[in-house]
Formats: sequence, C-alpha cells, structure tokens
Amino acid sequence: MSLFSFLDRSRTIAKPGFSRWMVPPAALCIHLCIGQAYAFSVFNLPMTKLVGITQSAPDDWNLPELGWIFSIGIFVLGFSAAIFGRWVEEGGPRRAMFTAALCWAVGFLIAAFGVYIHNLWVVYFGYGLVGGCGLGIGYISPVSTLIKWFPDRPGMATGMAIMGFGGGAFIASPLSVWLMSKFSTPTHVGVAETFIVMGAIYFVFMIVGAFIVRVPAPGWKPEGYTPPLRASKLITTSDVFVYDALKTPQFWFIWVVLCINVTAGIGVIGQASAMSQEMFPGKITAVAAAGFVGLMSLFNMAGRFFWASTSDYIGRKNTYFVFMVLGFIMYCTVPYTGSIASVVAFVCCFLVIISMYGGGFATVPAYLRDMFGTRYVGAIHGWLITAWSMAGIFGPVLVNYIREYNVTHGVPKAQAYNVTMYIMAGLFVIGFICNALIKAVNERYHMRTDSDVERAQMQVGAAAKPAGA
Amino acid sequence: MADSNQHTGTTALQLTLAWAFVGIPLTLGVIQTLINAMKLFQ
Repeated sequence: MSLFSFLDRSRTIAKPGFSRWMVPPAALCIHLCIGQAYAFSVFNLPMTKLVGITQSAPDDWNLPELGWIFSIGIFVLGFSAAIFGRWVEEGGPRRAMFTAALCWAVGFLIAAFGVYIHNLWVVYFGYGLVGGCGLGIGYISPVSTLIKWFPDRPGMATGMAIMGFGGGAFIASPLSVWLMSKFSTPTHVGVAETFIVMGAIYFVFMIVGAFIVRVPAPGWKPEGYTPPLRASKLITTSDVFVYDALKTPQFWFIWVVLCINVTAGIGVIGQASAMSQEMFPGKITAVAAAGFVGLMSLFNMAGRFFWASTSDYIGRKNTYFVFMVLGFIMYCTVPYTGSIASVVAFVCCFLVIISMYGGGFATVPAYLRDMFGTRYVGAIHGWLITAWSMAGIFGPVLVNYIREYNVTHGVPKAQAYNVTMYIMAGLFVIGFICNALIKAVNERYHMRTDSDVERAQMQVGAAAKPAGA
Repeated sequence: MADSNQHTGTTALQLTLAWAFVGIPLTLGVIQTLINAMKLFQ
C-alpha cells in the first residue's frame, strides 16, 4: 500500500449515514481558495514598488508586465482542466483536491521566491503555471462528485461550489491587504511574506476539503428520489465518454454559448470602474466606482447560486435562453442609460449582466450532465473550460481596443463604449441561435455496456496516459 | 442508503463545523464588500 493510498477513490466512498450536505462545504474549501485569483490585482501596485518601496524605481516591474501573471494563471486554468479532466474524474475527488492544494500552495511559494530574488519569470512560472494547474484541477475536482450526490438538484449543488470561486476574492482581498500591512516596513513591501502565509493558509484550508469529501457508494440515491427511467427530451440517462463528447455538435454549441456569455461579462469586469466614470463624468466618482465594482462582485457570486438553482426548475436550455435574451436587452439598453444620464439604470443593467456571467459558469456543469450523463461530466467540463480561456482574450480586447479606437477617432469618452455594447448584444444573438440548435445527443455516442466503457478507456488511456498522469 | 445523519454517520456538530469553516470567512468577506459597495450610493 503506497503512502498516498488515502487519496484513492476507493478510500473516499461514503459509509452509510454520511450526509451529502458535507460535500458542498468540502467543495467550497477548494473554490474559496482558488477564487483568490480574482483578487490578485491587489498585489499589482505593491509589486510595482518592490525596489523603490515608496514609488516605482527604474528596475521595478510595470503594470502591463504584472498583468500577465493573472492572464497566464487563467489561461493555464482552462488548459489544465482540459488535460487533467479525465485523470481527475477517474482518480476521484480527494486525489484531485490534494493535488490542487499542492499546486496552489507551491505556486505561491515559488512566486514568493520570484518576488524575493526579483525575477518576474519565476513569478510567472510559480503563480501562473504551477498555481494555474492548481486552479484548473481544483475548479473541476468537486463538480462531478456534487452532481452524483445531488442528482435531484445538480444545478443548485454545482452552483454552491462555483459560487465559492466568485466569493474567494472577498476573503483574499482584505486578507492580502492586511497581511501586507503586517509585513511591510519602511524598507520592505512585504509581498513575498504575504505569498508564503497565503500559500500555507490555502494549503490547510484545501486539505480540510480533501479530507471531508466523499463519493457516494454505487447505487446510492437520495431518500425519496426516484431517478427517471427514461431519458427526457434534453436530459439523458446514458453516459458519453469524454472524447466522444468532443465529437458531438452539442459540446461545441455549449462551448460557443459559454464563451459568448463569459466574453460579455469578463470584458466589463476589468473595465467597470473606468467605464462607469467615463460614461457618467462627475456623477460617478472613483470612490463610487469602487463601490460599483464591489457590488458587481456580489452579484457575480450570488448569480452563480441563483441561476444554477433556477435551472433545476426551468431547465438548462431555458436558463441559457434567458441569459441570451436578457443579455441582448441589457447591452442594447446600456448606451441609452448613458444618453439619459441614468446611473441607476446603468448599474441595474450591469448587475443583471454580471449575475448571468456567474450564472453561466455555475449552470454549465449541470447542462453537460443533462447532455452527456454523469460518468465523465467532470472531464468534459474540463474541456469546456477552454471557452473561458478564449473569452479571457476576446472580452477585454472587445472592450479595451474598440474604446481606444473610438477615443483616438474623436468619439467622446461617454459614448466610446456604445459600439462595444452593440457588438456584445450581437454576440448574444449568435449565442441564442447556438443554444436553440442544442438537441439530445445522438444515441450512437452513448456508452452501452461496461465492456464498452472499459474498451474506450483502454483505447484512449494508452494514448493519453503521459498527458493525463 | 438514506440521506440523513442517522446511524453512526455524520453528526449535526460535524455538519455545523463544516459549514461554519467555510461560511464564516465568506460571510465576513461579503459584509466587508457590502460596506465598500455602499460608497456607490453616498
């Protein structure tokens, strides 16, 4: 028996009497920690003064250079989720959570070393690459486990966990600021020490989650729950192998829908402060804009739980129809709110948009479950997360570059975002069409027997082992 | 298998501790963010 046998899936099978309500806190232990990524910007300014201390020195790093740390992290998140998805699914949640904790903590430690020796490439490697793998593995690790524990309410269950990713910044932001204030001296900024302490705290927090988590015993079902004997129109009772799912049009339609939904949200998240001040000069101050950003974060988090839970009642496809229609209306309305100088209408529009941004993330695992079954939903979700990586490029480009183009061509700043808003609205039309095209997966992709499953695993496993191991 | 904390399984204390472990820091963070967000209306 190996040293790490306690991480095996077989060691995590729940004993009779285990409450499934222990699993969401386990998932939250992971997501609240990796959600720190959203708060990384609190380090940006202090990291521009590591040499100069009170102000940036010529040898100090600049903001665009530092911006790459977050970008690499999110990019690696998407691709590590795709590459390690099958490994996560087959190895069980505890092994995945433990690995995610290790990557995330070690990423912080390497980044701290990079800050200490003042080498940005080491920080990119630590937080971006190693930490990014922790982000990707951690993000998908509890998803399929939650879906298996909550077959009656999969949207609500995954919504709870993914809500944690949105909420992680609420904890990380004040914690980072407080730690830096404790470690800073007149000759030292205290970023490296803060990274070390945060890495240690997150490791402990995530390990607690890894030890709490359990998978249901085979054949387990919630008390009083009767699984449907026949597949309904858009909810399958069969399973699709992860690499077969990638061959279906349904997977790519959902990929496009998610990509559009994320593009629409991620572009404004980064620019919300500047955009609100430029569209309402004199009405929204810098302090008020910071409040607006905080409010958006809250709606981002709450939307994850609200929309995912709602999808259990109205269906996944209808939920995305709501996102696309409401998103279209909201984005078309934003330029009008600027023209009538209505701050309240402007804020309401963006709060709805951002709640749907979070809701899109939280609802999609259940959408995949409906389409492809439970067995490989975590691995399929891993591949779908690449849509996030792509949106991370599209969104900011659409908002920043079009605004820049308009401003340099003489468009007043208050109207510089209008074209972007209409483009976003147009994207929602494409998303609506893609969502409408999603039908049940063709039966030829369904796994039929256990021997089918084993054969598929052996075929692909032989080729994918080096990457997935 | 029942979804309950009967038998020798999960106790109410374990459930409370698990939820408090994640709930308390999250609630504190949300309150702090809400306080900051109120600046929008000042």
